[in-house]
Amino acid sequence: MSLSNADVAKVALLARLRLSPGEIETFTGQLNSIVDYVAQLQELDTTDVEPLAHGIELRNVFRDDVRQPALDRERALANAPKRNQVGFLVPAVLE
Amino acid sequence: MSSETPTAVSLLARLNAGEITSAEVVSSLLDRAQRASKLNVFVHLDPQGTLAQARAIDARRKAGESVGRLAGVPVAIKDVLCVQGEPTTCGSRMLLNFRPPYDATVIAKLKAAGAILFGKTNMDEFAMGSSTENSSYGPTLNPWDESRVPGGSSGGSAAAVAADLAPLALGTDTGGSIRQPAALCGVVGLKPTYGRVSRYGLIAYASSLDQAGPFGHDLADTALLLSVIAGPDPHDSTSVDEPIADYSARLNTPPDTLRVGVVREFFGAGLDAEVGAAVQEAIRVYEQAGATIKEVSLPHSPYGIPAYYIVAPAECSSNLARYDGTIYGHRASDISPRYPGEEGLPPLVRMMMASRAEGFGAEVKRRIMLGTFALSAGYADQYYNKALQVRRRIRGDFDAAFKEVDVLAGPTSPTPAFKLGERTADPLTMYLSDIYTITANLAGIPGISIPCGLTKTNLPIGLQLLAAPFAEDKLLRIARVFERATDWHLKRPGLV
Repeated sequence: MSLSNADVAKVALLARLRLSPGEIETFTGQLNSIVDYVAQLQELDTTDVEPLAHGIELRNVFRDDVRQPALDRERALANAPKRNQVGFLVPAVLE
Repeated sequence: MSSETPTAVSLLARLNAGEITSAEVVSSLLDRAQRASKLNVFVHLDPQGTLAQARAIDARRKAGESVGRLAGVPVAIKDVLCVQGEPTTCGSRMLLNFRPPYDATVIAKLKAAGAILFGKTNMDEFAMGSSTENSSYGPTLNPWDESRVPGGSSGGSAAAVAADLAPLALGTDTGGSIRQPAALCGVVGLKPTYGRVSRYGLIAYASSLDQAGPFGHDLADTALLLSVIAGPDPHDSTSVDEPIADYSARLNTPPDTLRVGVVREFFGAGLDAEVGAAVQEAIRVYEQAGATIKEVSLPHSPYGIPAYYIVAPAECSSNLARYDGTIYGHRASDISPRYPGEEGLPPLVRMMMASRAEGFGAEVKRRIMLGTFALSAGYADQYYNKALQVRRRIRGDFDAAFKEVDVLAGPTSPTPAFKLGERTADPLTMYLSDIYTITANLAGIPGISIPCGLTKTNLPIGLQLLAAPFAEDKLLRIARVFERATDWHLKRPGLV
């Protein structure tokens, strides 16, 4: 398959990355070579092969449902780019 | 103290005997780090803070208190591991001012063992790269040849040990990021089994592949550091409660069986002739030590790189979604529309897009883009799920091989250290640097790189040994058979 500049611009929006028209051009070329390269996976017949999401497969890791210490508010807010006394501040979500 | 730092084990003996203090060790290393500053190994090194840690341990030792297994020994830390209140940047502009609110579990374990946290080391941004050139702090130089890369992504940690700026270092390995720089810098580097070491506080790149592990000059030091950091952790539900051997105490016990598999696919096109010859010589060393040598095939290993470059970017695109300028990390100050199509986006979305554009470097953006594409509607089955199926095939190859042999042997890296800038133009060329290491991450198995030679131009060569899941004890003891018979681990780049 071949990705167009428009496809790459759409992916950039999904990925929340602002890319300049020049960067979109560069990424389109590079992503196409990588996608062509990984296409060799299609050579393999993997019918009925269960996907492996983790090298070491664990199932049902439980712990007792007891309250644990958590970060206090001041430490949680300490790295905020913009904040007030009680929370994180962001640009308006709604007009 | 001599210009070259002794190993951690010999340092501990002298510290415990009262022949030297940790403060003396640290202050000598701080001087050395300053003299070697052009190598660009450390992105953060706090002289007063490290000296204060050393003096505190010296006082406790002097008072006869019980001190930990690494008491007073400096350990350099890859900048991907959270240290509470200290800069932890992942080599990224995104985290330039980030101070973690808690310690990674491996850091807490080092502190409990009395180790001195000796600086944060340079790395490829968010651990994505094989040369440490993708760092926002500029590349680290290889101590053996300053015109060459140290490998990556844990290039700073490997170079720290190679240049004797610290006897021990911690790195992380997602596709070879401990083993490949260890090979290129002539030190030992071990990637434990996935789940052997807690990932809590290891800033995530690809969560199903990331694993922290030790660097040292020799196996005794590497085993010691692994003993300190290994073990299950309630904060990481993927850490595994498997028995942990006393790796240090057992290191010199000869392995019960010594069957070495030579992987046919690891000696193909692209392998440097000198690297190939050194590894063949290493296999002869095993043969002379009484090993049974058996040729083994891992038929799916050629699919390791393509499977990895779907799985890892997919996980990265999800993990790095958290850097949106909201909770922590860089936020762009100018969020006004800049390129066509942005006018219609809400200010919050523009803020996130601008912050991520400014905070991330090119390779991180490329992998986020690739992963977002591979997971997007209509493509997930074709790419992501297919890669996970191939991943099981790769694991199956290893399971079959380890029924017949104890370890698999081959080169760690197809070439010795390459020139700065040599592979930066084409991402795919750089990706192929990890061709022999990447399948171990996909399969979750442990692997080690140990020094096994030098090229004619005096560049280190690494021997990679791989073992079955949780067989670190066997892996170390079999590696020790080689180390005992050779002196490659004693070679140093000869810095002043």
